Amino acid sequence: MVEQMHLSSGPHIRTKRDARVIMLDVVIALLPAAVAGVYWFGLSALWVLLVSVAAAVGAEALFNALAHKEQTIGDFSAVVTGLLLGLNLPANVPLWQVVIGAVFAIVVVKCLFGGLGCNMVNPAITARVFMTLAFGSLATSAFPVDAVAGATPLAQLADGGMPNLWDVFIGNIGGAIGETCVPALLAGGIYLLARGVITWHLPVTFIGTVFVFSLLMEGGDINTALAWTMSGGLFIGAIFMATDYVTSPATPWGKVVFGLLAGIITCLIRFFGVYPEGVSFAILLMNILDPYVDSWTAYRSWRR
Amino acid sequence: MAFSLHGVHLPHRKNTANTEAVRMPAPAVVTLPTVMHIGAPATPVVKAGDHVDIGTLVAEPSAKMSAPIYASVSGTVKKIDDYLLSNGRTVPAVVIESDGAMTVAESIAPPVITDRASLIDAIRQSGIVGLGGAGFPTHLKFDVPDPTAIKTLLINGAECEPYITSDSVTMVREQEAIAYALRVLMDVLGIPETIIGIEKNKPAAIAAMRAVAAADSRIRVKVLPTRYPQGGEKVLVYHTVGAKLPAGALPLEAGCVVCNTSTIAAIGNYLRTGMPLVERCVTVDGSAVAQPRNVLVPIGTPLADVFAFCGGYKEEPQKILYGGPMMGIAVPNDGVSVLKNTNAVLAFATREARLPEALTCIRCGECMLHCPVGLNPAYIGKAYQNKDAAALEKLNVNMCMECGCCAYVCPAHRDLVQNNRLAKDMLRKAKAAEEGK
Repeated sequence: MVEQMHLSSGPHIRTKRDARVIMLDVVIALLPAAVAGVYWFGLSALWVLLVSVAAAVGAEALFNALAHKEQTIGDFSAVVTGLLLGLNLPANVPLWQVVIGAVFAIVVVKCLFGGLGCNMVNPAITARVFMTLAFGSLATSAFPVDAVAGATPLAQLADGGMPNLWDVFIGNIGGAIGETCVPALLAGGIYLLARGVITWHLPVTFIGTVFVFSLLMEGGDINTALAWTMSGGLFIGAIFMATDYVTSPATPWGKVVFGLLAGIITCLIRFFGVYPEGVSFAILLMNILDPYVDSWTAYRSWRR
Repeated sequence: MAFSLHGVHLPHRKNTANTEAVRMPAPAVVTLPTVMHIGAPATPVVKAGDHVDIGTLVAEPSAKMSAPIYASVSGTVKKIDDYLLSNGRTVPAVVIESDGAMTVAESIAPPVITDRASLIDAIRQSGIVGLGGAGFPTHLKFDVPDPTAIKTLLINGAECEPYITSDSVTMVREQEAIAYALRVLMDVLGIPETIIGIEKNKPAAIAAMRAVAAADSRIRVKVLPTRYPQGGEKVLVYHTVGAKLPAGALPLEAGCVVCNTSTIAAIGNYLRTGMPLVERCVTVDGSAVAQPRNVLVPIGTPLADVFAFCGGYKEEPQKILYGGPMMGIAVPNDGVSVLKNTNAVLAFATREARLPEALTCIRCGECMLHCPVGLNPAYIGKAYQNKDAAALEKLNVNMCMECGCCAYVCPAHRDLVQNNRLAKDMLRKAKAAEEGK
């Protein structure tokens, strides 16, 4: 007779798909954008990415050690935050600013609120906004490609100009490291969809709303609307940052509401606000509204 | 809702699907706990030294919600012992030493069914309880105040848990018994129709039940998508007759009585032969078992004997379950008995026995997306942590059928089912305290 069998509550089988697998999937999905960024902006882009990831992981490890908590860097979430922050910065940002931003993202936005799962707002986006406010020049800075000085497409569009649509699509423009190459971002997005990490509802609604709003603002001119949609941080924001589990709604309808409102706020800032780009602020605002959206759109189980 | 995803796709692992059920030889000793059903323990009517045959009554029902228990081997009653049930309760158990002869009691004869009352009484006498795992005394399902309220007899052939194939094997080998039972139940109880729900991944069982349906126009087979927990009572009712049963509601509110296919087969065999419930088909599987198969087991047989009949353990087991890997109950050793409602026994080796460490909730929403009844396990866990009974009431925690979908998909490996159970208990206590005021 065999004794001392292991006792536990059911279910006794679990999915293999755990938090670490999901984080690794996100890292893999971001690699095309990272490679494209280094291609267009050169080695300084690579340095920004590496420093951002290292600073994020280091900050989390140090915080956990100092606060006598269990070491959590093995769940790869700090890597994801560092990578996302780096991809949202221009390649010529001073590396010391990158470190401050990464430390802010991890320590202030995440660890001080309780760590993984407890952050109120998206760490990378919030750090990006923090850096914009603290080191002002980032808001409009653009690392010129081909050493030709030029404004970012968003600045051009805001002035009434029209950038080359193919350049905007492929990334041959000024901007943050990871936000310019649309095909790379789309490839990452499709990978995440296939792996079940994200669903289509949020990104499609977000990007779609911006496109429709832009179309209306530009009097029905599809090319300009497309330029508005593919410029700036919309694709990277909608696919990778707004979809962060902790700060976005859980149900499909909730995601649709989030995407819709985020799209509207983005366009209000772009067309009527002071800053040329509104994606970061829109996502941040929606993160704050997220608990309300969640409760409006929660599933209702069967009741009498 | 347009965008809803409910339930989970599980690995089927129906390794024993196409095997024949094999009868095992009589064990040396059987231990029959006086509770193998929902309700009050039966009262033993034998004592140490009494001789019993297969089908001799050893314990009689002590209340309306109770069931009789019959000897599953012939031999001598060794003693009335204390038996620790999985739920922590200790009840008396009748221990019988087998003489190896497997003699059937002479009193066994088919029951005489004249009307509704005699049929319900006969089913009560048979000791048949829900064989799908719940163990509800079957006669009570039909003993309703208004007989015309039963519009549909819903037969549960879903068998949605991985590994388990005892129902699907029974559907194939006991076609005639099932057909007979359905005919008698519908004729005598005045039930207009029968729907047999079977998951798509059981072609042999579907074919067998379609043959049964072909012979009686009141019976039809509904092929259901293969998705756990298709066999959950409320899920089955929803996918067959379309009714949504809230917490505490019985299928009768939707005009249905739900019975497992093996229960119906047992009723059929009892009506034809008079043999009460003394054996059942059990799926034996799991990574530690040498020869997984379906076995016809005398009720009360120790698990060790059942595993030995299946080639013994090929690896050292670390976890043994009654039932399937989702809702099954872990047992402390293999000396416990096969009960009336044991549809499977699984033995797992070390690598599958231990579960991963739980992390903090990452608010991914997977638990909500997969809950078959639209609950919010993440929020329930939080409300329980905050000891918030009002929030638990609002979150409708009593609707939880503890199917395990939420805990299965959780990327943080949180113990969501256990949380839900604790939350239900907390809510119950809070309500009782309120009423006591």
